[in-house]
Amino acid sequence: MSEPFLQIIDVSKRFDNVVALDKVNLKIEKSEIFSLLGSSGCGKSTLLRIIAGFEKPDEGRILLEGKDITKLPPYVRPLNIMFQNYALFPHLNVTNNIQFGLKEEKISKEEINHRVNEILNLLELNGLEKRKINEISGGQQQRVALARCLVKKPKLLLLDEPLAALDKQLRVQTQFELVNLQYKLGITFIIVTHDQEEAMSLSDRMAIMKNGEILQVGNPVEIYEKPKDKYIANFIGTANIFNVLNKNNQIIIKELNYEVKNINNKKNYFKCLIRPEKISVKKLENQSDNLNIGVVKEVAYLGSYTKYLIEVNGFEFYSFMQNSLVSDNLQIRWDDKVQISFNETSIYFFND
Amino acid sequence: MIKNLKKQNVWFVFTPYLWLVLFFFVPLALIFKISISVSEWGMPPYRDLFSLSENGLKINSTLGNYLFIFSDPFYIRSYLNSLSLAFTSTVLCLFIGYPIAFYVAKSKPSIRNILLIMLIIPFWSSFLLRVYAWKVLLQGSGIINSVLIHIGLISEPISMLHNHYAVILGVVYTYLPFMILPLYGYLVKFDLNLIDASNDLGAKPLNTFVKVILPLSLPGIVAGSMLVFIPVVGEYIIPEMLGGSDKLYFGKIIWDEFFVNRDWPIASALAMSGIVILVFPIIIFQLMYAKYNFRNE
Repeated sequence: MSEPFLQIIDVSKRFDNVVALDKVNLKIEKSEIFSLLGSSGCGKSTLLRIIAGFEKPDEGRILLEGKDITKLPPYVRPLNIMFQNYALFPHLNVTNNIQFGLKEEKISKEEINHRVNEILNLLELNGLEKRKINEISGGQQQRVALARCLVKKPKLLLLDEPLAALDKQLRVQTQFELVNLQYKLGITFIIVTHDQEEAMSLSDRMAIMKNGEILQVGNPVEIYEKPKDKYIANFIGTANIFNVLNKNNQIIIKELNYEVKNINNKKNYFKCLIRPEKISVKKLENQSDNLNIGVVKEVAYLGSYTKYLIEVNGFEFYSFMQNSLVSDNLQIRWDDKVQISFNETSIYFFND
Repeated sequence: MIKNLKKQNVWFVFTPYLWLVLFFFVPLALIFKISISVSEWGMPPYRDLFSLSENGLKINSTLGNYLFIFSDPFYIRSYLNSLSLAFTSTVLCLFIGYPIAFYVAKSKPSIRNILLIMLIIPFWSSFLLRVYAWKVLLQGSGIINSVLIHIGLISEPISMLHNHYAVILGVVYTYLPFMILPLYGYLVKFDLNLIDASNDLGAKPLNTFVKVILPLSLPGIVAGSMLVFIPVVGEYIIPEMLGGSDKLYFGKIIWDEFFVNRDWPIASALAMSGIVILVFPIIIFQLMYAKYNFRNE
């Protein structure tokens, strides 16, 4: 087996007795987009700064292509970082910002100009060469920051909250651009973000972090469908988590009073997750059946789908229904009684 | 814009100008008047600019005072001495002050405030007292000499006082906070990510300093240097207390002309030339600097 591109081995870091990272281990493959996802204070930024070389880990090692870079200062590491606030040099214009890093290398003037022009074209920054940083828009600043890194042809690009400073519409567009760019250049990206949607849509794989530890590593589908614990389930998307009772060869979802029929390999779990989009609700027309009946507590129409908050026996959970699947005359309103249904294969059992 | 201001606001705006006219331009005009008057015995010791005689109004003005001071190398040398003192002490203040300002600006907020207070504490005692304290430290029977003799490093006291090195020491000591505070003001706003970014892009610490930190703190360097340089050119008290006869300084010469020789016109001409020689470079510099700032805003 070939060795991983970047290896983080037992890295720990403390700030004034506060543990920022606790024996973190991670393997990142070449040319993948890898996200470090977690809420603020989880240690993701510290890990990024350690990879960049701005912080030294108290313990542990970092290997890039098998070479130990733990003790190398940032200016010799073959990687670059794009800062959340971009950290563009305000006293330099766009071109000078972009060629700043090239001038530190032993490269001829022609080569510098050639590479700067190449990157200006790639990131559609032509026409802005002579502009000051404060004379261009936020989106353009983001591309200059990206260009300033990419022009160095780094082996690894670190991105600290790359989209956080952009407004919503630009963010979605930029997400696609980033992915396309990475695909074109084949550079390994490590992205730090607190935005789970961003992580899901950008990453090949992601790591969920909490309190300086990595809770789970996987691709977005694994993390969403098979979260290791309740925290991850709630952190990624909306989660309906139910308690599971195991008794006399029966498995029962407690809150719904639902007996799981196909019980193969599902014993000895105490929790289960059913994602809201996998629970469908249907307006109840005759009061005959009293199985799986809930009351609608809240309705939020969001265009392509509608969020319903359903109450069953005092327990509340969500159901998301595609609006294309609901016909107008069956529209569900507050306090309506609804029939709940889900496919047993969409129940994910786990232990907390 | 002024058109749109209400009446009371006009006064609000013009009060500083009124102040400036009353306490700056009027005295300056008076000094200028004296500088082109003819010296004579009496009180005041100069002839009135205008006098009435049988031939009508007579103007008793002369450029002789200016011609005199510019023809006498004594005055020119003292002025150059003052400029060189100002230059030397500004450079020293910059080299000593910059690391201090950087350190204060980059320390944790809680420590930063303590450090700032420590910078300001000397202002709580009189400037005269502080310069006098240096006199006590440096004199033949002073602490430094006593200690050095006591530990046997020297047998005779070194004469450290009454030369221009003592003056430079006193000036640097006194004016250092005026360099540090404006520098601090700019450095504290400095985004530390820029240093990281520069490092990350391959610039070693020295290059990062020269290419990123220095250009971005230039406004602070300029402000601090002006605050040190300009007053030091006219500095009188420090050379008087710590200096000797090895170098004469401009401020001291003006004092002597006013109060020892009682030649007010010469003293005023000296003061006026001192201002003019300083003001023009400063105006040019300010214009260049405004342009530079405009490019960077």
